[in-house]
Amino acid sequence: MSKILEVKNLTVSLAGEEVIKNLSFQVQKGDFLTILGPNGTGKTVLLKTLLGFITDYAGEINWTGKTRVGYLPQGLTREKVGDMPLSVLEFLSLKNKNKKEIQEYLELVGVKDPKFLSKKIGDLSGGQFQRMLMVWALFDEPEILFFDEPTTGIDIKGEETVYNLLHKLQKEKGLTIILITHDVNVVYKHSSDVLCMSGDYSCYSKPEEIMDPKKLEEIYGMPVKFYKHNH
Amino acid sequence: MEINLIYSLIAGISIGGVSAYLGSLMLQRRMSLAAGPLGHLAFPGVALALLYGFDMSLGAFPFVVLGIVLIWLFENKTKLPTEALTAVVFASGVALSFLFLPIDKAEEALVGSISNINLTEMLATMFISMGVLLLIRYIYREMTIMSVSEDLASVEGINTKKYNFFFLLSISIMVALGVKLVGALLTAALVSIPAATAKNISGSMKSYIMFSVLAGILSSIIGIFIYKTTYLPAGILIILTSASFFLVSLFFVKKK
Repeated sequence: MSKILEVKNLTVSLAGEEVIKNLSFQVQKGDFLTILGPNGTGKTVLLKTLLGFITDYAGEINWTGKTRVGYLPQGLTREKVGDMPLSVLEFLSLKNKNKKEIQEYLELVGVKDPKFLSKKIGDLSGGQFQRMLMVWALFDEPEILFFDEPTTGIDIKGEETVYNLLHKLQKEKGLTIILITHDVNVVYKHSSDVLCMSGDYSCYSKPEEIMDPKKLEEIYGMPVKFYKHNH
Repeated sequence: MEINLIYSLIAGISIGGVSAYLGSLMLQRRMSLAAGPLGHLAFPGVALALLYGFDMSLGAFPFVVLGIVLIWLFENKTKLPTEALTAVVFASGVALSFLFLPIDKAEEALVGSISNINLTEMLATMFISMGVLLLIRYIYREMTIMSVSEDLASVEGINTKKYNFFFLLSISIMVALGVKLVGALLTAALVSIPAATAKNISGSMKSYIMFSVLAGILSSIIGIFIYKTTYLPAGILIILTSASFFLVSLFFVKKK
């Protein structure tokens, strides 16, 4: 395993308030890192800083070499683009790919129905919409994929398939995945590492260590229910 | 056919078609109404043009650009939303122009004067419209990605400021040209109605753009021909034709 990203003493301030304080961690190639924490603790800010959208920060962010990055933004759901007259094929063609390439990638995320391409993107189910966005992100053959709450607006069954798919991609393509979520249950089942963020407090550990009722209460400030799955 | 009718038709088709094309992008960006206030901003320029006898669009353009710059400046200076600032700026523009607009010329400023366009004006209108058409084609892909998500566009390395600038430039030019076709009051209709009509009946981007441009062009042609028989102002007839297409489209709304 080799290091793909190193963050040292990162501090990010927005409008005079320190959102991220003195954060340090490393990501190895092939990791499935989950960033966990309640809302408003700077998870998305961290992602945007890593991606280079926020440039005003103190500390160091070191990528190993030139890393190709894929990103699925927070809050991009089918409801938001629902009324755009845009078919799946047209949307994915915006990436300058031809139909054959698009179909190949769709198969990779488990979509085989040829009618899928002519559907309006607003008419897709939440899970289908996320798959389409994954194809968008995968087109660039990224080495690292960022997901910000990818299951917003998806029912529990759909949620499970999205996470399973992420897990599969991580294994099959050797992708490094960084996932933001406030859903504790994802952590144990899929992650290799967990970064928890909770205001002043942050921690970096293996899922086994963090999935402890006491520790979770520290992060969330209240008891959290979760289910331990056996691997 | 008399030569004057041909001139108005060519100018009408150019402005109507390209405005509708631009409108399809503006509707995606939820900016359909922006052309309204911008048209009103053009009033002082139109007033000056009528007063000193030069081309209306030529007078309108600098004022539309000035208006956009002012709104942009106020936006950076205050925390008010764009629409509130637009309201401030455009109302001031209209008020200012009526200070010195000769009242007997008011109708021309309000509803346009495409019917007495001359050869030079027609050629200028046509070439400028073609230029804007190419500009819109150039920005369409990137603007569509931006409409889906600004963040997604940033990851793609799209310079959103640059594309927004070209977008605003296209709007300014088409508003200035639209003033001549339908008057300063109705420019919003040229961009908003054809796109809304097309959206009702389209399930894909391709058909959406095609229907929008088609509705824009047909409205201009039919409007100008009705003008030839009724002698009501052509601008009004073009907009009403366009609105009729919209009403018809309601019967064919694509649900799924």
